[in-house]
Amino acid sequence: MRHDPLIPVIAVVTKIRVDTPDVKTFRVVGLDGKKPFEHIPGQCAMLSMPGVGEALFSITSSPTQEDYIEFSIKKCGCVTEWLHAMEEGKQVTIRGPYGNGFPVDTAFVGKDLLFIGGGIGLAPLHSVINYCRHYRDRYGKIDIVYGARSKADLVDFEEIIDQWCQEDGISVHLTIDNAQPEWDGHVGFVPNYVQELGFDTSKTVVMCGPPVMIKFTLAGLMDMGFAREQVYTTMELRMKCALGKCGRCNIGDKYVCKDGPVFRFDQLDELPDEY
Amino acid sequence: MKTLSLSKLDALFAAISAAQKLYIPAEDAGGQARFTPWQEGLRLSSKLNTARSAKDLFFPQVENLVGFKVSGKQLEILETRDVTEDFVLFGVRACDCRSFDVLDRVFLAEPADTYYQTRREHATVVTMACRRPSETCFCGTFGIDAANPAGDVTCWMDDEQLYWRANTPKGEALTESLSCFADGGEEAVAAQQEATRAILAKLPLAGLRTEGFGGEHMMELFASPKWAELSESCLGCGTCTFVCPTCQCYDIQEFKNGQTVRRFRCWDSCMYSDFTKMSAGQPRPTQKERFRQRFMHKLFYFPENNEGVYGCVGCGRCLQKCPIHMNIVKVMKALGEEQK
Repeated sequence: MRHDPLIPVIAVVTKIRVDTPDVKTFRVVGLDGKKPFEHIPGQCAMLSMPGVGEALFSITSSPTQEDYIEFSIKKCGCVTEWLHAMEEGKQVTIRGPYGNGFPVDTAFVGKDLLFIGGGIGLAPLHSVINYCRHYRDRYGKIDIVYGARSKADLVDFEEIIDQWCQEDGISVHLTIDNAQPEWDGHVGFVPNYVQELGFDTSKTVVMCGPPVMIKFTLAGLMDMGFAREQVYTTMELRMKCALGKCGRCNIGDKYVCKDGPVFRFDQLDELPDEY
Repeated sequence: MKTLSLSKLDALFAAISAAQKLYIPAEDAGGQARFTPWQEGLRLSSKLNTARSAKDLFFPQVENLVGFKVSGKQLEILETRDVTEDFVLFGVRACDCRSFDVLDRVFLAEPADTYYQTRREHATVVTMACRRPSETCFCGTFGIDAANPAGDVTCWMDDEQLYWRANTPKGEALTESLSCFADGGEEAVAAQQEATRAILAKLPLAGLRTEGFGGEHMMELFASPKWAELSESCLGCGTCTFVCPTCQCYDIQEFKNGQTVRRFRCWDSCMYSDFTKMSAGQPRPTQKERFRQRFMHKLFYFPENNEGVYGCVGCGRCLQKCPIHMNIVKVMKALGEEQK
């Protein structure tokens, strides 16, 4: 029998890290203990537990992580609730990687990069940020604006504080929606914070977060003088096949699973706004 | 060109089915034509077309993809794929034959869907030219000639004779395996084609044109106020997508039976709210957006990605089956008006 791309391989969840009250990060390796496949930052993979369902997740770990791949996953539906309840050492299935990924080795090279994330939207950015940190001399200055509802909702908080914040040439700007006692950082929504910080308009922007954050942040960036060609985002629509065939993630003449999930806003302008 | 007396049609079917499975359009107990495995005594339907399209033979409504055995923390992958053997699909109309080209562009695009690909490779498609196209037919709109269908073999039939022309190596191989034919029939076929084309030219939908349905008008027609009016009565029943020979959206679901899980795929429909519903929201919140997606895909999105080939073949099934009598012809006419 031929191998079909819809048939996954078996993998093992070797480590589960609790990030926030509703986000956990799952470390996945193949049955041989090695990384299941190579990927580009921004690409996705299908994870499934037979009997529960299959769903697409963006890969959180950087391709430069040689031993495993990781997924930061928010509990919000059937498959994710099962994942959040599972124990380490259990087998799941995986297939991928899918999608185009970010142009980390082409358009991003030599650019100052501004990452803007909200909540679980940091998950796909995490892969790019760590890739750029690994190949630090290929890129200019890196700014990261990241916001969440509260301090406890900031994903990867320890890595951000212990690593990202400690490196030269990387500026991290954290914000939370409402003031709380153990927080002495910025308080406020991401779009306003980006405006307050006032970035140089030569930067390439990579943005991912809830739709409302994207909408207002993008408007702010346009006011500041950024062009839509400079701003990248990664999309999420319902998918079943991830191969451009099942029809779900179709927007105009594009399929988010194979033509995306990474798009520039000038590319999105040419598509119907059904996302 | 080969020919055969219709009195020997059963002998032809018997000869084909001696070597491989043969499907012909035959009527069920309710009088609906459907592709049915031939066996002694089964009669070829005289209906213009099957109620369901011929896509069922390559893209069945439900099919197993893979199975899993779950034991504690361990998983095991089980092969559940059906074995496909060579088969002959006889009596496919020109419209349905074109639908295979449309489906090929989806399922055979890299990475190929091997379930579909396997069935396509095992099939020999024998088409049947139309003699009496109906008032719901509009294949000509999409450049399809009902009097000269494609396929591995093309057949014509009149009241006495069957005419048979092999078009491909597969068709030639099938022809060579059959000894019942005599040579000839060119004149009879040419006369029939002329008569059929005269009927085609007079059909009520013969004037339907595709001009204006292309990439450059995509955003303009997406934003058309006509969609609200056109979709207002749509029940979202999905009948149009089920009978459509080119609709190929699918779902993947699972059936759990103790420790064993069967993962299968089944037809789905962009007309259903669940199709795009996510925990994060619903990009097509009302029937207007779902309705618009189906037609925008067939008339704009699909041709944009496929050298101008439309995702409709003019078979007319949606015209016959839609419970509220809405269909792609009405949509094309309304949007065409919009552009004037």
